[in-house]
Amino acid sequence: MTTYYTKSHEWIRVDGDQGTVGITAHASEELGELVFVEAKDEGTEVAAGDAAAVVESVKAASDIYAPVAGTLAGFNDALSDDPTLVGKDPEGEGWIFRMTVANPDDLKGLLTAEQYKSL
Amino acid sequence: MTDSLQRTPLYDLNLELGAKMVPFAGFEMPIQFPAGLMTEHLHTREKAGLFDVSHMGQIRIAAKSGDVKDAAAALETLVPADFVGLAAGRQRYGLLTNEKGGILDDLMVANMGKDLLVVVNAGCKVQDADRIEKALSDRCVVTRQFDRALMALQGPAAEAALAPLCPAVKDMRFMDVIETELATAAGPVPVTVSRSGYTGEDGFEIGCAGADADKVARAILAQPDVLPIGLGARDSLRLEAGLCLYGNDIDVTTTPVEASLGWAIQKARREGGVREGGYPGADVVLKQTRDGVERKRVGLVADGRAPVRAGAKLFADAEGQNEIGVVTSGAFGPSVKAPVAMGYVTPDYAAVDTPVFAELRGKYVPLHVRAMPFVAPGFKR
Repeated sequence: MTTYYTKSHEWIRVDGDQGTVGITAHASEELGELVFVEAKDEGTEVAAGDAAAVVESVKAASDIYAPVAGTLAGFNDALSDDPTLVGKDPEGEGWIFRMTVANPDDLKGLLTAEQYKSL
Repeated sequence: MTDSLQRTPLYDLNLELGAKMVPFAGFEMPIQFPAGLMTEHLHTREKAGLFDVSHMGQIRIAAKSGDVKDAAAALETLVPADFVGLAAGRQRYGLLTNEKGGILDDLMVANMGKDLLVVVNAGCKVQDADRIEKALSDRCVVTRQFDRALMALQGPAAEAALAPLCPAVKDMRFMDVIETELATAAGPVPVTVSRSGYTGEDGFEIGCAGADADKVARAILAQPDVLPIGLGARDSLRLEAGLCLYGNDIDVTTTPVEASLGWAIQKARREGGVREGGYPGADVVLKQTRDGVERKRVGLVADGRAPVRAGAKLFADAEGQNEIGVVTSGAFGPSVKAPVAMGYVTPDYAAVDTPVFAELRGKYVPLHVRAMPFVAPGFKR
């Protein structure tokens, strides 16, 4: 499994064409404690950069973008009960949605952990 | 940040406290401190929070006759409130109206005994002062005190925090105002203190010379249970308290009647009152009070967890067919533990407990009209 990052502060961990997407610890800190998280319905086709989910703090709503093109394959239901999971463990238990990656070659255009850190 | 943004006298202290600064109404203001919005909000409701609100405008109005009642009568020509009947040492909320009954600003007016102390919103202060000066200058001296600092200490622990520095506050009731001294590390400094605020909690608003602001703020922050609080929590606190934000919930297109602020017009200024009308837009406001309005400001609580934000359209039905209004403020309420909002709806949908629906990302989420405030007030009456 490899994890890739985007300039808009998402991460995607991929195993074959199955990806799990969340926001980075840096993004989570910037947003503050979350009060609501919602993803688009399973089966929704998304292009890279499409809004696939939304995370909301007390003050504001922020879109979470699909890192690459694909099909949404499920939401982290634990976030419906406890959206603060994202802040507690942004790159683990606080994952937001799964997706089937349309073209795994697209992942090469994303950032590595090293590249993201150096942003 | 651009060079044109102004700084409050507490700018350096805000930075020292780790504030994240944002532009607001022409000022660089703290949106939050390291504790974060959620903690700051809850701390204010449970203990006490100190807010820098020095961006707001303080204006003094003194009658040339020397009699504060003449200043009060003069201000009544611009604001539909009973200031002539406002006793010395008391404060009252009011609305500056235009010729159409639209709201130019909301303000607090205190009778300081010798003159009036008016506190207005940051974004309106120059325009307000110009309007007041133009209308009142034949009878009054209008003094802009925009270099003064203002801070709010809010929450159930506010009295316990302030009393050791300023013992007179123990005897104050909600909406009392005094001039006194506050003890700082560098000695006592003169302050104005009112028992009021913008959070729905007990608390005080403290005005002082800009040069004394840092000393005053440090003295208060050194008290137990006091945290610095940013504008982010200020907004969620005032929303839960059902208080309007000028520019969002009220503006020149809304009248006091539409905004459900008829309570701010005391009996003396209403139809049949001893000083009925006599302010800009009085004909519109009196007519609306008599005949009703097309829309009313109401409180809204979402049935689900998704916050409904300002600008969301409101519908009578879950299919989005019958549009009945719009949300003007909305956020997750940390104390209510649910999304709360306020907005305008047609009168048929304004009754408490009426179900309505808000458009949210292409869906229609259910809310109910609820009474405001959304949290029980903590005022010391």
